Amino acid sequence: MSITQIMFFFLSALAVFSAIMVLVSRNPVHSVLWLIAVFFAISGHYILLNAQFLAIVNLIVYAGAIMVLFLFVIMLMNLNKESEPNKHIWMKMAGAISGGCFLMVMGSLVRQAADFQGKEALVGTGDIGLIKNLGRALFNNYVVPFEISSVLFLSAMVGAVVIGKKE
Amino acid sequence: MPIQYYIYLSLALFSIGIIGVLTRRNAIIVFMCIELMLNAVNLLLVAFSKMHHGTALATDAATTAGIDGQLFVFFIMVVAAAEVSVGLAIIVMMYRNIHSVDINFLNRLKN
Repeated sequence: MSITQIMFFFLSALAVFSAIMVLVSRNPVHSVLWLIAVFFAISGHYILLNAQFLAIVNLIVYAGAIMVLFLFVIMLMNLNKESEPNKHIWMKMAGAISGGCFLMVMGSLVRQAADFQGKEALVGTGDIGLIKNLGRALFNNYVVPFEISSVLFLSAMVGAVVIGKKE
Repeated sequence: MPIQYYIYLSLALFSIGIIGVLTRRNAIIVFMCIELMLNAVNLLLVAFSKMHHGTALATDAATTAGIDGQLFVFFIMVVAAAEVSVGLAIIVMMYRNIHSVDINFLNRLKN
């Protein structure tokens, strides 16, 4: 077993375990911290796939900015205690069963699909994830969506301020 | 690394996100599960981009095939950041009005 395989399985186990802990923790602050662990594991996967730019952006944007925003909101509303009333046990069972059915159906589909047989994801090599190549493609082929996304950010900012301000 | 491993991992994360959306009642946790699903899709896009790049490298050594997948991930992150800011503003406004983030209070449009 090579070192990349060991890293892959370790990061996968960490991601799945942390994702389950996001669900089962009663305290929302603990959920946020476990979700940050998931993002760190996914960033590790990106580094393993040699997508360095996305790994750093994932850490900065998701683990750094978005989750801090979640923490701010949770602490602003003083929700950092186990205050959530329990949903009925049948509702939880139904949710878990439907999610498990989705997982089972898609898993068996992937296992039988001929398109994926023998295909490998390039691990550790390949230079398309580097900032130089990504930036070149971004500002050559995708410059219009890039500019439109700035308009999206502006409208999101205005929308958040309008929704959030006291009337 | 076989591509199936990445698909299974992404499927597991996505299913956990679905179960969280269906079973939790706290609006913020539901929102966090949506972020989890977005990240599962991002991971799958990067894995597929590397798979495509690997097959294209066999014929052309200087190809940049598969770079679109990683740029899509970048744009998904951009849209997710905008979505989170608006969504959290909506949750804050909801908390200000009904003093709770329980989504079962929102099952009717009246009042």
